[in-house]
Amino acid sequence: MTKSVRQEPEPAPKIEVTGFNFFYGELHVLHDIVMDIPEKQVTAFIGPSGCGKSTFLRSINRMNDIIPGARARGAITLDGQDLYAKSIDVVALRRKVGMVFQKSNPFPKSVYENVAYGLRIGGVNDRNVLDEVVERSLQRAALWNEVKDRLNTSAMALSGGQQQRLCIARALAVDPEVLLMDEPASALDPIATQKIEELVYELKSNYTIVIVTHNMQQAARVSDRTAFFMLGKLVEYDDTNTIFMNPKQKLTEDYITGRFG
Amino acid sequence: MTSGDAFDSTLTRVIPSRRRRRIGEYLWVFLLGFSIVLILAMLGVILGDVIIHGAGHVSWTFITESPRQGLAEGGIYPAIIGTTFLVLLMTIAAVPLGVATAVYLHEYTPAETPKQAWSRFRTAEGADRRKLFGTVVLSLLAKVTRSAVANLAGVPSIVFGLFGLGFFIQFVGGTMDRLTQPAGEIVWGQGNLLWAALTLALLTLPTVIVATEEALRTVPADQRAASIALGATRWETIRRIVLPGALPGILPGAILAISRGAGEVAPILFTGAAYYLPFLPESLSSQFMHLGYHVLILSTQSPDVEATKPVLYGTVFVLLILTFLLNLTGVLIRARTRTKLRSGS
Amino acid sequence: MTVPGKANLARGVRGRFIRDRLMTSVFTGAGWFAILFITLIFAFTFREAMPIFTDPEVAREANLHEFFVKQLEGERMEQRFVWQPVGDIPKFSFVPLILGTLKATFVGLLVACPLGVAAALFSSEFAPPRLREWIKPMIELLAGIPSVVLGFFALMVLGTWLQEAFGFTYRLNAWNAGIALGIALLPVVFTISEDGMSSVPRYYREGSLALGASRFQTAWKVVLPAALPAVFASFVLAFGRAIGETMILLMAGGNAAITSWSLGDPLRTLSATIAAELGEVVFGDPHYSALFFIGTLLFVITFISNSAGQWFIGRMQRRMQGES
Repeated sequence: MTKSVRQEPEPAPKIEVTGFNFFYGELHVLHDIVMDIPEKQVTAFIGPSGCGKSTFLRSINRMNDIIPGARARGAITLDGQDLYAKSIDVVALRRKVGMVFQKSNPFPKSVYENVAYGLRIGGVNDRNVLDEVVERSLQRAALWNEVKDRLNTSAMALSGGQQQRLCIARALAVDPEVLLMDEPASALDPIATQKIEELVYELKSNYTIVIVTHNMQQAARVSDRTAFFMLGKLVEYDDTNTIFMNPKQKLTEDYITGRFG
Repeated sequence: MTSGDAFDSTLTRVIPSRRRRRIGEYLWVFLLGFSIVLILAMLGVILGDVIIHGAGHVSWTFITESPRQGLAEGGIYPAIIGTTFLVLLMTIAAVPLGVATAVYLHEYTPAETPKQAWSRFRTAEGADRRKLFGTVVLSLLAKVTRSAVANLAGVPSIVFGLFGLGFFIQFVGGTMDRLTQPAGEIVWGQGNLLWAALTLALLTLPTVIVATEEALRTVPADQRAASIALGATRWETIRRIVLPGALPGILPGAILAISRGAGEVAPILFTGAAYYLPFLPESLSSQFMHLGYHVLILSTQSPDVEATKPVLYGTVFVLLILTFLLNLTGVLIRARTRTKLRSGS
Repeated sequence: MTVPGKANLARGVRGRFIRDRLMTSVFTGAGWFAILFITLIFAFTFREAMPIFTDPEVAREANLHEFFVKQLEGERMEQRFVWQPVGDIPKFSFVPLILGTLKATFVGLLVACPLGVAAALFSSEFAPPRLREWIKPMIELLAGIPSVVLGFFALMVLGTWLQEAFGFTYRLNAWNAGIALGIALLPVVFTISEDGMSSVPRYYREGSLALGASRFQTAWKVVLPAALPAVFASFVLAFGRAIGETMILLMAGGNAAITSWSLGDPLRTLSATIAAELGEVVFGDPHYSALFFIGTLLFVITFISNSAGQWFIGRMQRRMQGES
């Protein structure tokens, strides 16, 4: 925890959120969110269950579109382009903004085909290109050494932690710029969790990472910036050190110190 | 010891008939088990009778020659070919349409119940309202279609025969003839291979739809989400994730539906099956011979039952082999995927 | 490796996008096409029966009074219901046909219900798993026998056996047809009852066994009552199947449209009547409409019994989900 954030120049924001509201039918789940997510850093979302942090995460690659009754108001921009504008191709968006889910969800295909999936749907079928990307993605996800001899076995045969790293490799294969992680380690044992956290730390040199977690130690360990959500509102957003050492809001402090959960 | 004996005798007095009850229960369980034996015995007797009397009559000439001597001799080649054509045509018509309909119902219509959609519609405002109205209509349509399909699967096959006669032959066929045959010739306005196959296809369609939708339901939602999150379109997700994942369920469902269709006779009674044709169907507008129909004819219309009995048994044997092979394939595939699922989870 | 510049989010993959739209239309089209045909089945069967209400020519000979109420003076002055559609004065009483259908259905259910439920209970509660894995495919094999084969068997073999054993006057009668029908109904009763019993959660049984009940008591007093909606559903669905079954009754029923309560007499069912007569009927005449009206009747009865069966199955599922 020795970050000298103040001295460094502020990194350019990759994602800018202004006055973002979100509804499920009549339910108003996100209220006027405003935040800048910096490039090539890890931003953590924390908060009690049902605070809207996951919903917000899914708004960034418009995964909420598939839920009936979902409606967004306000703007989220990625490199200055409004994600909810008519001209946006959600398919292109989701390739730029990859996602890793809470429960690992590999396809019932081989390890190789799981990683190659994003490229194949993009029309890439050249075996050499696929081989190269699969190897590179698995290496970046720190899984290559464990699976290089069984690329053609079913992904379902991997352990839980391996499956989750496979899902990360799968997301990396389409060359995203942003990686959204929705409680990626919540179903894993401590050792597998540690591997994922190390991986997140490695990946931030190349990717902008947003991670939702219910584990505050994890947020403190892996993130540069932390946002605390409650009841659909962004309560506080600051450098991780500040949030955990010196929060400005009483609510944040209460939550951090475990007065409610 | 004495106190122990006393204790035992008390117990015996409290629950006096324990042993007798046990014996009674074994008897009941034996009876339940016997019902299985009885059912299997029925199956065995029917199959045994057909095999004993039928298998011996099946020879190369029997399956490659036409009937002779008032059906009493010769083979059943035209009936085998007719049945095969019919089943193939039926499959081509029913399976793609059934699978596509199930995909439409499960993947394209709203996942909400009409009630949920309606309550959202009532509280919505402005531009959302029109979109939500579509949602309400579609979810209602899906619900009505689902229950209609489920019920249609139980409508008697003879009713499908009526429909085939009334709709395909008289309405569609009759109209086609009026338009294309100025001389008043009847080409399509009578029973033929096409109308019989379409009638059977309609009969099997509900079964295919129900089985496919059930299989689609087993594909986990988070695999769909993963695919979409990787930038796949809905169609790409369906083609690469949903359909391959559901295939182990779709396949046996479709095969069992086809096997049922292959054995049905009631729907083709008036839609194209022929009593006797020495030649094979040449086009979709030809009549055809059919194994099941042949069984009916030989057992009820035969001028000399004893003389045609060997041919009859042989035909039943071939028909059973055909439907059982289809059936067995379906059952085996299903059993294999079931054990796979069990060991996988 | 990656040099992240500005992400281009404008529509770039037009081909994929168009293909997706195209496939949406294909599936929507297929869905609506199937829905159209389902509607047509309803519409057309009714349409062809309508003349008995709308066409005075047809309605003079074939009408509801004629179908259900009218009786004729018999030779010895007794009142008789007669189905005799071909002749100078056609007679269209459904009563003998309905009676025939009910008799065959009664015998069929009498065979299939107790046997099917007993077998289901054994398979679900007492059979070792390996035996069970044999029983189910066997039942499916039984279900896979085409009804024309069952009809053939009843006609050629069973009828003679029964006549020799019980000394029936007629070889083809309600017993013979009904037992063959029962074999066709068995898989329906077994499969649905067994599914219901297997869906009863394990803790039901454990609770009962822990209280000192025997396995039989548990099966009889806990599992069977819990699975009752499914058992009901299986009976109702079997009833629907029995009402509509055609080939077995056509071949093994004896084809005599007589008004008799005796199970030893030959019979003629509603469904077999369509099968036997539609081939020779003149398009559009009262007989044709009467046969389509029978079809409509079968359609409605089976549709209702199926809906009831589905409702019971749904109730079973709700019951097991609500309590597990």
